[in-house]
Amino acid sequence: MRQICIIAIREFNDGLRNRRVIATTLLLAALALTLALLGSAPTGTVGVGVLSVTIVSLSSLTIFLVPLIALLIAHDAIAGELDRGTLLLLLSYPVARWQVLLGKFVGHLAILSFATLVGYGAAGLALAFTNPVSEAGAAAAFATMLATSVLLGAVFVALGYLVSTAVRDPRTAAGLAIGLWLFFVLLYDMALLGTLVADQGRLLSVGALNLLLLGNPTDIYRLLNLTGFSNTNLLSGMAGLAGQMRLDRITLFAALAVWVVLPLALSGAIFRRRQI
Amino acid sequence: MTGPTVALAGVTKAYGRQRAIAGIDLTVMPGERVALVGHNGAGKSTLMKLILGLIRPSEGRVELLGADPAGRAAGAARMAVGFLPENIAFSPSITGAELLAFYARLKRQPVSRNAALLERVGIAEAATRRVGTYSKGMRQRLGLAQALIGRPRVLLLDEPTTGLDPALRQSFYEILDALAADGASVLLASHALAELESRVDRVVVLNRGAKVADGTLATLRRFSPVSARIRLTLADPTDAAPPAIPGSVLAWTRIGGPVWETSCPDADKLALVRRLLAAPLELADIDVITPTLDEIYAGFLRHEAAV
Repeated sequence: MRQICIIAIREFNDGLRNRRVIATTLLLAALALTLALLGSAPTGTVGVGVLSVTIVSLSSLTIFLVPLIALLIAHDAIAGELDRGTLLLLLSYPVARWQVLLGKFVGHLAILSFATLVGYGAAGLALAFTNPVSEAGAAAAFATMLATSVLLGAVFVALGYLVSTAVRDPRTAAGLAIGLWLFFVLLYDMALLGTLVADQGRLLSVGALNLLLLGNPTDIYRLLNLTGFSNTNLLSGMAGLAGQMRLDRITLFAALAVWVVLPLALSGAIFRRRQI
Repeated sequence: MTGPTVALAGVTKAYGRQRAIAGIDLTVMPGERVALVGHNGAGKSTLMKLILGLIRPSEGRVELLGADPAGRAAGAARMAVGFLPENIAFSPSITGAELLAFYARLKRQPVSRNAALLERVGIAEAATRRVGTYSKGMRQRLGLAQALIGRPRVLLLDEPTTGLDPALRQSFYEILDALAADGASVLLASHALAELESRVDRVVVLNRGAKVADGTLATLRRFSPVSARIRLTLADPTDAAPPAIPGSVLAWTRIGGPVWETSCPDADKLALVRRLLAAPLELADIDVITPTLDEIYAGFLRHEAAV
């Protein structure tokens, strides 16, 4: 535990030192504030609350940006240290390999959580001040979005480690990380949509669709944030899908947690067998 | 502890069909300074990784302070091990003091002792500077400082003196002497043999993963396949004939002018010099050239290749 903390603190401090924390926080805050303050313009004075609109736009932003940031931080964790020769020395110390991996995970997740909570939190606070009229359930939906954004980040940090432990060259790891991002953020949903259109509901049952949605962490994130709250549901165009959904929120959260644990455990297993 | 600190028995490490380490037996006792000598790629670094448990042997057994270094009980053993990798690398944005504090915490040692360590390796004044601004020699000394954290019982140093100027090398070996006197085992890999003279108790010569020699420098010299050379300068500069010694056939090589050279096994050189002095030759000078460590080492490698 002690060793994990020492490594986690070093990773976070490294993030502060190379300005990764501040850059990520500023980026997320700037985008979130822009979306929150300008993005409510299209709704005009229609009855829909500003916070719902913001949650929908911020969720869409998160799906693109958070996995990318997480992979950028994580893909270098092992392969990069191995390449620079710092891993050799670290592993000669009384610290187990799983402790190194878990310590880095905690440190990297802390960086990502800090950026997300501060960046998005700033947008939330700005909205609360400018629109004192409260929407029922909106605060809870916003909190869910913050929590799931961090969780989504954790998924992609874990996936980044999987890439980082599986290959030797940090450039290969970077390439694979970009590939993972493209696959989960763009290609998977396009393929799924294409299949659904072509299939016209003949072969693909609702159960199968549910399973396919669980196969992509960004889809789980989408389901959790865009279908949970009735206003966002309508706004995001997810209402149709939500009606078909048979997955409750516990299952969705559990599935996201599995998406964190599984790649992390796998990368730990690879790292343990690794010849340095 | 009275037993060996490092013990390898029949250790082989193969990568595919390539054998990086081939059947090595090696024991290092407390207080012993052992040099691991070999050309690039002879297996020195691989051997250190095996001792540290970073890689597992394909065959044989490795013991570090009585435990399997790649096993579950390795953590305790690693507390008492200092390691200086060949190409020491640190993240450049951190200061020397911060870096040392991180490593001291990992070894559960009080950070308060770090200042003394930095003082000992001579970079105390640079402690608050970023490592990125350090010279190669300073990085190497910082590397040594981290290896010395917590009074290690075993020190594994891979090419420790590269990048150090002669004065620093001197103080570096003095630190090693003090550690060995304190009962620590020092295993250092090097290919700068000349500077090891009188600095180590034993030399282990590696060639292509196999141990080709193991002993004190004096023993190596005695069993060396490299001959001593004897150089004569004849009194008559115009004499073009090789020196003739009655009763022996020697191959003489002309070095230039009246200077001639021959070689003989190290053990026979005294007898040969006596005969030369007794022979009817007009000598201006006589030189006995004993092989340097580098030549002995090269000789072991050639000998190995011929067998």
